[in-house]
Amino acid sequence: MSSSLYELHDLAVRHIGGAREHALQGISLELSASEQVALIGPSGAGKTTLLSTLACAHRPDTGLFRAFGADPWQLSDNARHAMRARLFLAPQTPPLPPRQRVVTAVLAARLPQWSLWQSLVSLVKPADPEAAWRALSRFNLGDKLYARVDRLSGGERQRCGLARLLLSSAQALLVDEPLSALDPAMSQLTLNTLQQEARERNALLVCSLHQVDLALAHFPRIVALKHGRIMFDLPREQVTQAMVDELYLGELPPANSPPADELAAKLAVGACL
Amino acid sequence: MAAVALALLWPLVVATEFSPSILFDLQSLRATGRFLSDFLQPAHDREFLAMLASEAWKTVAIATCGLTLALLGAIPLTLLVTERLSISRLGTGRVALLPRMARQLVRWLLVVLRSVPELVWALLFVRIFSLGPTAGVLAIALTYCGMLGKVYAEILESSDHHASEVLLRNGSGRLAALLYGALPEAASELVSYTVYRWECAIRGSVVMGFVGAGGLGQRMDESTKMLAGGEVASMLIVFVMLVAAADIVSRYLRRRLG
Repeated sequence: MSSSLYELHDLAVRHIGGAREHALQGISLELSASEQVALIGPSGAGKTTLLSTLACAHRPDTGLFRAFGADPWQLSDNARHAMRARLFLAPQTPPLPPRQRVVTAVLAARLPQWSLWQSLVSLVKPADPEAAWRALSRFNLGDKLYARVDRLSGGERQRCGLARLLLSSAQALLVDEPLSALDPAMSQLTLNTLQQEARERNALLVCSLHQVDLALAHFPRIVALKHGRIMFDLPREQVTQAMVDELYLGELPPANSPPADELAAKLAVGACL
Repeated sequence: MAAVALALLWPLVVATEFSPSILFDLQSLRATGRFLSDFLQPAHDREFLAMLASEAWKTVAIATCGLTLALLGAIPLTLLVTERLSISRLGTGRVALLPRMARQLVRWLLVVLRSVPELVWALLFVRIFSLGPTAGVLAIALTYCGMLGKVYAEILESSDHHASEVLLRNGSGRLAALLYGALPEAASELVSYTVYRWECAIRGSVVMGFVGAGGLGQRMDESTKMLAGGEVASMLIVFVMLVAAADIVSRYLRRRLG
């Protein structure tokens, strides 16, 4: 038994739905509890797939995968589902039903601990509105406690989704692009809150980010992905501008229009259909 | 040619005792006319209205009891059949063999339940339980259980499942994910379909009354046979009022949930 929370060795992951090519290849990582890691890389590099693999929401194809000291895919369905309650995956688009009240949506983090009866009662009379209010206040959303989710702006919804994270009792916090709808000031606050929370509960924090400067400023360890492979996995002091440039090299499309011959071919195919 | 056709048809006309002259027979014309003109003056004497109210109440009761029983069956079956709430699907995109077979079995059960029309169930149950509302209630319960189970499952599957899926991924139970993730979005559609089915059950119980399953339908059958146009007209007005009431209930509930 090692002390690490996650152990990945030469892991390969396919897309769900039977695609031929791998979404991730040759991934070897060790993540220990209380570590804070930023995941960077261009769009489509496999950051989201890696996070959902870590969250036991995506079964790897080959390679070694251990979480909390066991391979979740060797466990029974029930044991694996119990493991899911020990981690928290916050997706990029906040998973909040528009017609729900904010307090209910945030308290949904407690569902794995609640009995069915408790969760039914909490639909009518929120079980612990104070905890929800405290979590929301840390993201400057305290006044929205009893608002409906569809009254919130995009950025507010995103922070509301993260407030749910604060109410979970997870030991691994996996956050997918928490800043995609936030302005710079809110981004700072949000990252600080997430990191503070992870420190307080001595939990692992893995956060995928597009803002390389923020990643370097906040996270001691940087993992870079490109084309489904790890490009580098270094302490931030060793990450140079040249490495970052190379990571995003060739990812910016040169112009706004597709090459003329390709377009013609696509149109021809379309005409045949 | 025409002569041949006539020669062939004539014995048939004679055999069926079809005589067009009966259409213009003065006596039957008068009876028809009276039946139709009676429609313009719906029956409204006190005794008849009291009977109408109690029968209408019985019809509503048959529909409501039938639908409640149907719900008792349909809700658990829906939970079993909805693939969205599968935990074994998480991470692999495929449902494990055993749950898949269980789902298929439940799906077949729903097909069997709703493929037999409620009128046929009613005819069967009238034989078993004799004339009366019990047959109507059971007929509605069985058919509507099949319909509700199927449509509920489809409403849940077609609504946005991001919220419920994320809850499942973070370790919630199936029912909790349904309550917190799927129901807020699907509730108003589920309610509106249920109330619409209640309205259909009212109509259905009227039709089943004709085969002896009690309620307004049975009275209407008797009134029609007695050529009492006024009574039939009053009953039709009651139907319209019942359906309109169902519409109001549906709109109110949707606004509350919306």
